[in-house]
Amino acid sequence: MAETEPQIAAARRMFAAIPQVAALGIVIDEMAPGKARMTMPYDARLVGDPVTGVIHGGAVSTLLDTCSGAAVACHPQAAGPTATIDLRINYIRPADPGQAITARAECYHVTRSFAFIRATAHDDDTSLPVAEAVGTFTFEAGPRVAT
Amino acid sequence: MTRKPPEPVQVVKQRRDGALRALVDGIPYIRFLGMEVERRGDELTALLRYADHLIGDPRLPALHGGVTAAFLEVTAIIELGWTMIWEDLEAKRLDPSSLSLQHMPRLPRTIDLSVDYLRPGLPRDAYARARVIRSGRRYASVFVECWQDNRARPFAQATGHFTMPTEGHRGPQ
Repeated sequence: MAETEPQIAAARRMFAAIPQVAALGIVIDEMAPGKARMTMPYDARLVGDPVTGVIHGGAVSTLLDTCSGAAVACHPQAAGPTATIDLRINYIRPADPGQAITARAECYHVTRSFAFIRATAHDDDTSLPVAEAVGTFTFEAGPRVAT
Repeated sequence: MTRKPPEPVQVVKQRRDGALRALVDGIPYIRFLGMEVERRGDELTALLRYADHLIGDPRLPALHGGVTAAFLEVTAIIELGWTMIWEDLEAKRLDPSSLSLQHMPRLPRTIDLSVDYLRPGLPRDAYARARVIRSGRRYASVFVECWQDNRARPFAQATGHFTMPTEGHRGPQ
């Protein structure tokens, strides 16, 4: 467990330095081996429907993609930088206007060069996600891949 | 003899461009991305103007995968919304001057989106076009792709499903 700490610290620095992450005001809540949690505050600039004030799905996609990439970068058998190959997003319900959106991603399996993730996004109502995602990523092999 | 003279070009352009602006201009997130939509006849091309904040990997540097997904999704929604109003617009059943922020054509909502990342998005302008593959009463299926330097080498493509709005326009209620 302890040996993954430098990797997670490096991944956290890498993801915090992403310009689009800063532009969206995304905050990294937690990064752990193969897991990440991030929050995007409500922001009027990200609204997709000016009548209802609901955040655009595109911003939610970016949050899910970022959080998923971070989960890959924190996996003990992977390391950053990561790149998305495929991302499938289901928009389950509109996010409540005014509420922050929190994404949780899990990298549940890696092969030599590919990583598989699943992720969800919630607002304050945690009973049903706003959106969910499954995806495939590539990564640069970390030191522990060598045998 | 009794054939009506064709409409003056400015009248046609004003009507079509007015309707397109009503679809695009009211959405804050489109401004946040720095997206524009250009029109040639009924064909739309979305344009994503490069800006530093769109970067997702500063080392390459490359556009953020989420930005690419958002660019594709917005393009698909605008194309579908545009296809929905085009007939009414050309038959003059829809007056673009009546469209405003509070009274805009109701846009379809995304059910799901599946994005295929083909190569890194370079730090420069990107373009996208969408094609409505299937359009029914309840939902539509849309294919969309984006490219940069070379139209034949897209850097990402996506298929999405969208719910069709129940009424043609949304009133202020």
